Amino acid sequence: MTIDWQHFTPWSSLGGGLLIGLAASMLVLFNGRIAGISGIIGGLLKPQTGEIGWRFAFVLGMLLAPALYGLVAQLPTVQVDAQYWQIVIAGLLVGVGTRFGAGCTSGHGVCGISRLSPRSMVATGCFMASGIITVYLTHHVLSGS
Amino acid sequence: MLNLTALLSGLVFGLGLILGGMTNPSKVIGFLDVAGLWDPSLALVMGGAIAVASVAFAVAGRRVRSLLGSPMQIPTKRDLDPRLIGGSLMFGAGWGLAGFCPGPALVALAQGLMPALLFVVAMLVGMLGYELWMQFNNSNRGGTPRPATGAH
Repeated sequence: MTIDWQHFTPWSSLGGGLLIGLAASMLVLFNGRIAGISGIIGGLLKPQTGEIGWRFAFVLGMLLAPALYGLVAQLPTVQVDAQYWQIVIAGLLVGVGTRFGAGCTSGHGVCGISRLSPRSMVATGCFMASGIITVYLTHHVLSGS
Repeated sequence: MLNLTALLSGLVFGLGLILGGMTNPSKVIGFLDVAGLWDPSLALVMGGAIAVASVAFAVAGRRVRSLLGSPMQIPTKRDLDPRLIGGSLMFGAGWGLAGFCPGPALVALAQGLMPALLFVVAMLVGMLGYELWMQFNNSNRGGTPRPATGAH
């Protein structure tokens, strides 16, 4: 294992993590809800009374984030290496997978581990492992490097 | 009021994703690429988030209602079923393939990134497909829909 020191951003990543933790704390303490993005979006696709407003507001807040961030600092560069067909397959896998698995990086990885949920720990282990295997296959086996 | 706190939470969440580097797919892939040049940054995003959130969840776990009086809705499911494991493995494969997970993809979409739009549309199609599949299954069994206790 070789560490990529050039791209390693310990302080901004830690700061970003603290903000995400603060956001999840706000939502559970004020609203009594889990800040799991896939679950919040999923609930908008299956509308139930009293379940729309806060979900919509949360998503709206996320969508406003880049504009607010851009007022204070320069937005970090974003680079996508995947082909379009790969992005479509990835989106489908993420959509179906997070609903069957009842959570994603935020719901299981952050909130679930924070509340010591065994289900979330297993889920996080599973998606980390399959993510690592997928990157290994696409970047080392299939690309031939 | 509940909508305002949700909006603020979403905003802070989005800012955290940007600052942390999660909205950049090549950085996410760099974190998952343990066999190549490994960028450990995202472990710090997760560690920082868990450090703060675990305090809040310890407080929340002892409460029946939130500070604004709404019921505390924390998942109670404990079983490790094939759905949880299969779904998570599927999600991880998609995450590794494009470098996007749901939250960062939404934020990158708002930044005007075309691939993020494509990803979000495909993700919504996948989620709708799941809902249809669940409804079809429930009506086939003739039972009442199972409440999604584990969903978050």
